[in-house]
Amino acid sequence: MSLDLPLIWAGIIATAVLLYVMLDGFDLGVGILFPFAKEADRDVMIDSIAPVWDGNETWLVLGGGGLFAAFPKAYAVILPALYAPIMLMLLGLVMRGVAFEFRARGRVRGRAFWTAAFAGGSITAAVAQGFVLGGFIQGVTLKNGAFAGGPLDWLTPYTVLVAAGLVAGYALLGATWLVWRTETELHGKARLWAWIAGPLVAVLLAAVSLATLLIHPKIAVRWGFTGGDFEPGAFLPLAPIPLLGLVGLAIIAVGLMRRSHGWPFAGALLVFLSGYAGLAAGFFPNIVPYGMSFRQAANAENALAFMLWVTAFVLPAILAYSIWVYWIFRGKVTADAGYH
Amino acid sequence: MDVDALLLSRLQFAFTIAFHIIFPSFTIGLASYLAVLEGMWLVTRNEVFKTLYLFWLKIFAISFGMGVVTGVVLSYELGANWSVFSAVAAPVIGPLFAFEVLTAFFLEASFLGIMLFGWKKVGPGLHFTATVLVAIGTLISAFWIISANSWMQHPTGFATLPNGDLIAVDWFKVVFSPSFSARFAHMTLAAYLTTALVIGAASAWRLLKDADESESRMSLRMAIGMFAIVAPLQLLVGDISGKSVERLQPAKLAAIEAFWDTRTEQPFHIAAWPDRAIAGNRWEISIPKLGSLLTGGSTQAEITGLKAFEPQDRPPVAVVFWAFRLMVGLGLAMIGLGAWGAWLCWRSAPERSRLFLMAAVAMGPAGFVAVIAGWMVAEVGRQPWVIYGVLRTADAASPLLAGQVSLSLLGFLIVYAIIFSVGVLYILRLIAEGPVAGSHEPVDDDRAPGSALAAMPEDPG
Repeated sequence: MSLDLPLIWAGIIATAVLLYVMLDGFDLGVGILFPFAKEADRDVMIDSIAPVWDGNETWLVLGGGGLFAAFPKAYAVILPALYAPIMLMLLGLVMRGVAFEFRARGRVRGRAFWTAAFAGGSITAAVAQGFVLGGFIQGVTLKNGAFAGGPLDWLTPYTVLVAAGLVAGYALLGATWLVWRTETELHGKARLWAWIAGPLVAVLLAAVSLATLLIHPKIAVRWGFTGGDFEPGAFLPLAPIPLLGLVGLAIIAVGLMRRSHGWPFAGALLVFLSGYAGLAAGFFPNIVPYGMSFRQAANAENALAFMLWVTAFVLPAILAYSIWVYWIFRGKVTADAGYH
Repeated sequence: MDVDALLLSRLQFAFTIAFHIIFPSFTIGLASYLAVLEGMWLVTRNEVFKTLYLFWLKIFAISFGMGVVTGVVLSYELGANWSVFSAVAAPVIGPLFAFEVLTAFFLEASFLGIMLFGWKKVGPGLHFTATVLVAIGTLISAFWIISANSWMQHPTGFATLPNGDLIAVDWFKVVFSPSFSARFAHMTLAAYLTTALVIGAASAWRLLKDADESESRMSLRMAIGMFAIVAPLQLLVGDISGKSVERLQPAKLAAIEAFWDTRTEQPFHIAAWPDRAIAGNRWEISIPKLGSLLTGGSTQAEITGLKAFEPQDRPPVAVVFWAFRLMVGLGLAMIGLGAWGAWLCWRSAPERSRLFLMAAVAMGPAGFVAVIAGWMVAEVGRQPWVIYGVLRTADAASPLLAGQVSLSLLGFLIVYAIIFSVGVLYILRLIAEGPVAGSHEPVDDDRAPGSALAAMPEDPG
């Protein structure tokens, strides 16, 4: 039996990145909302994500480490091409990552500083990831399989729009997460944040979609827009993707109106799933848009096979115990959750 | 490739990885220590162990967090700054990095949540299991990263294809390359020693103030036990590791010992000023013939000198020479501290000797210094190669501009300076407060009861 190893690995990496965006998305979102919260509520906000953020961020390491191991040629091109936003993201993640502990240990000034660092680091990381995503979609200049563009290629009006969309999206995930996991006054505030972030995401998502279709004729063709014509035959198979996004937005709105606690978060996850699938449909099978396919970037077959053997056993276990950890910390966050 | 960008990338990688290794060196040992403390508490129900566990858990949380975030940086720097290395090495050691994430990072990250926040949510047996799994995770992580590094130090189990790509032909030889076992043991023992030195120093500090604090008396004895057993063992393992260097990387060994000529009866240089410009030592204080005896087992052993290698193939010598002496010197001091402490335990009680307590405090940071010095020997000593004999460091870098890398390097310098000083401050503050004050159950926040929305209806679905 011969397996299509590059395809399997493309699926694994894509899943890892999706899980990262959804999971670290809500805890980065909590950081993005930090400036708008009352000091007393910030402890609960942090407590709601403290037990799980490290596991969430590990999907980013799997995304990076997995790309290195499974698609080294893509890893060797994408990272130098997006050097500045990647470094900015790392610095942001460092500041917010240590803030979980430091904020709890600080006294007056230290606490204020690490509160600001948690918010600033989260926002920096989210903006930088937006630039990475935008720079990725708009394409990387390649020459003989190596990056041959300029150091600021990633900074265009389009990528600014994508970054704004991602920050709003993370804020929506964070707000709906807090609606689900907190009570009383903070819960009410989180509802308000979700009401603001939801429409903002809807508008920005539409703007990014439109801009993508206008800027990249190749992507537009896939969605059935050729020149001035529209081909329903190309669009219809992909139609469930934007539909899923609309359903997600509707679930958020209805959930918020009916004062549901859990549904808005589920809706926000669907919106992200739709956006992610929409992008993937635009550039697949490229792994470095628009000059390198995942097959060209793939590692040696024997390396992929060796890794798959181990992954086949370990990845299900990871998923199982990750879910179990979420289960342990289920329910509303109470004031005595911390151990500090 | 821009020469300045290469130098800056090297500086940035050296800085970020040296900064990172501080935390794993401590948390690998501390995770195992916590597992021992919790296990002892469960078996003996002696509250001293529980107090110590809850106390060191806080310090673990701070250090582990710093280790995680500085480690994420490295996993992206490989591609960002060393894209050629990544593309060349991935077919052989790519899987090793992936396995580290899959078998170690997720385990550590997930069960750390239970360890820190699950005290009231899961039973004691499950909590202990979480602690043990985190400890095992730290060791698995060390296993894979030392495996990858050892392969880079002495690549085996691979072949070069006609187009120049590398390909693995024997995974066992890739994972267990010749220097791997000794280096893995050396690093694990180093981490245990580093942790024991910090615990010893913290306990001694408390005992200098209050010689009757039962928690610190216990932890000081546990630390002394580690010094007394592990420090001499480390000398043996280090020697085995050094012997493999002599066999596999003769240029590194020659740099460690500042040997320039290939000869028998090499002298041992206690101190020297090696200078590559003159291909010799500007001055040296030496013991005749001892060099051959120590490295080759006999005064008549012929030991290769640096002149046997082309000038462009020689590593920097002075850094390697002095870093090695610093590491070994500190290692000997650790053995001395262990012997002294063991003798005091046997004769009377170590907390009665203020001089010993002060020495233990002074030795607190010695493990970190020795670990960084040891890694400098390993990494500087294998230059100019990043994959020994296969890829030169100068050919491994990404097509970046010096301006980009100087900005990112500046960013790391500033951010790491902040998190290092604050992290150390908070850890020292906890240590100064001591285990009893530090392990108190949390006082509830003065959070508003939130009665304004108390009438809110329950979730309908």
